[in-house]
Amino acid sequence: MDMLLSSPTFVFIQVLNSISLGMNLFIIAAGLSLIFGVLRVINFAHGVFYMFGAYIMYSISKEMELGFVTGVVAAGLGLSIIAIVIERGLFQWLYDKEHLMQLLLTFAIVLIMGDLAKIIWGTDQLSVSYPEGLSGATNLGVTFYPTYRLTLAVIGPLIFIGLFLMIERTRWGRLTRAATQDMEMLSALGINVPVIYVTIFLIGSALAGIGGALAAPINSPTPGMDATIIVECFVIVIIGGLGSLWGSFVGALVYGFVFNFGSVIVPNWQDVFAFLLLMVVLLWRPWGLFGKPEREGQ
Amino acid sequence: MGWAMPRGVLTTCILVLVALACVPLMESRYLIDLSTEILVYVLFALSLNVIIGFSGNVSFGHAAYFAIGGYANAILLTTYEWPLFLSFPAAVVLSAAAAAFVAYFCTRLTDIYFAMLTLAFSMLVWAIAFKWRSVTGGDDGFVGVNVPEFLNSRVPFFYFTLVIVTTSIATLWMICHSAFGQTLIAVRENLTRAGFIGVNTRMMRCAAFIVAGTFAGVAGAIFAMYNRGVYTESAFWTESAQVLIMTLLGGMYSVFGPAIGATTLYLLERFANEYTEYWPTVLGVILLVIVLVLPEGLVGLAKRIRGHIAGGN
Repeated sequence: MDMLLSSPTFVFIQVLNSISLGMNLFIIAAGLSLIFGVLRVINFAHGVFYMFGAYIMYSISKEMELGFVTGVVAAGLGLSIIAIVIERGLFQWLYDKEHLMQLLLTFAIVLIMGDLAKIIWGTDQLSVSYPEGLSGATNLGVTFYPTYRLTLAVIGPLIFIGLFLMIERTRWGRLTRAATQDMEMLSALGINVPVIYVTIFLIGSALAGIGGALAAPINSPTPGMDATIIVECFVIVIIGGLGSLWGSFVGALVYGFVFNFGSVIVPNWQDVFAFLLLMVVLLWRPWGLFGKPEREGQ
Repeated sequence: MGWAMPRGVLTTCILVLVALACVPLMESRYLIDLSTEILVYVLFALSLNVIIGFSGNVSFGHAAYFAIGGYANAILLTTYEWPLFLSFPAAVVLSAAAAAFVAYFCTRLTDIYFAMLTLAFSMLVWAIAFKWRSVTGGDDGFVGVNVPEFLNSRVPFFYFTLVIVTTSIATLWMICHSAFGQTLIAVRENLTRAGFIGVNTRMMRCAAFIVAGTFAGVAGAIFAMYNRGVYTESAFWTESAQVLIMTLLGGMYSVFGPAIGATTLYLLERFANEYTEYWPTVLGVILLVIVLVLPEGLVGLAKRIRGHIAGGN
């Protein structure tokens, strides 16, 4: 606490920590929110996808020594394949069922994939090293800061811009937005809606995998990491507003700041601060900062 | 519909009760323990059903109230040396109060948002239990609960559980079949229309949430004494999911479906754990079956089979 008041450098470092954490979480939360926005499914398995991303990174970069970038790509590809199998094999049967059934289906995936991860990678905490050239610290003038965390703070906004352009500026993005409005009409106009669904699910899941791979050097892959991340993502998307890209971006940043500064002010109670923030937002705007009020019958 | 049970249901209930009361006569420690645990889970699942079956919302954080009841009873009995007749009601009141607090926020939302928010709040309870080491024992759990002398052995504890659980279930039955319960069903079936005829829908959903939290607290308070301890896992979201699966496996729109689901799932878990360490996978597969084949649970399946037989004749 005293450090916050007396040392501007310390505050500066905390600001960078907050952005770096927020941007890492953004990548994952954006995937969850994107999937919800189009498919109207809350994917509980998003956390387990993240965990698989981290484990794949371990296998590729540490066990096979194929390098860090290959690890990130493999995590994205691996989760894309898993996503296609799950969407075509299971999800597509449930779009017209109750939301509860969809939630439970994703929870079944959590249970089965969680065990699968234990069978493949065991239950030990694994470590992934920083990518070459990014393991040191960068001189920012006033202080040195870990290069890898700085990189994360840059990758997040790049992914944000990429997603934004894809959804707002391309024909495919327009079709996707139309699918959220009126799927039947779009289908009647001759658009192949199932292809849109599977693609969105693939992109969202790949984001979880990439997020997990990028987090692996900081958060060692271990069983149970899926449960923590999914709750963090829930808090972020509820604060920001489900289905909103801006919402996930701002929500993740806010979460990063509350979490980091919370842990400096009252150590160990940072989670509780995040929830307090959540309650305040809900009292003020129950549908989140950038979300739209629920419509009847949805 | 009044409070009176249909005769078939009443007969079954009495038979089950008599059978349970005779369990200690078999002098098997294993059976007594198993029955005590099942009774607790049956009450836990039935309490959740008030939210799901009667108000139509899905709580993904019901374990929070079970854990609060458990921690409160354990801490009051042990740390503060309260007598049981004070600590137990206090624990239940605390669960109800926590449920009321959460309900205030959650009933602003419906459907998926409601489910996510209940989950988030339960994880807040988990985080507090985890971090507040000086009171809750943190991740070591709160161990060595000071159980009163007269409940210190297996058989009296079993009867204690049987009496409390039976009374609670009877109370739940009366609540669900009162005007209040019927109004909840109206809210579940059509929120907007229920509102038009003058029902304060948000208040009703709040009330259902509080009733559910209260009885989850009762179950938790018993379980803490049975286990002689409370652990953070009891508030974790996977625990909430487990009780949700119990409710659905039995069949959520029937009154006793969740009881059947809780018993079945509990026995399956015991059984599976003897053969495999991968119980989650087994549970996942059960869940897939429920979602894809048995959306109305075991009770729905039984009805379908009965319909088939009747139709065949």
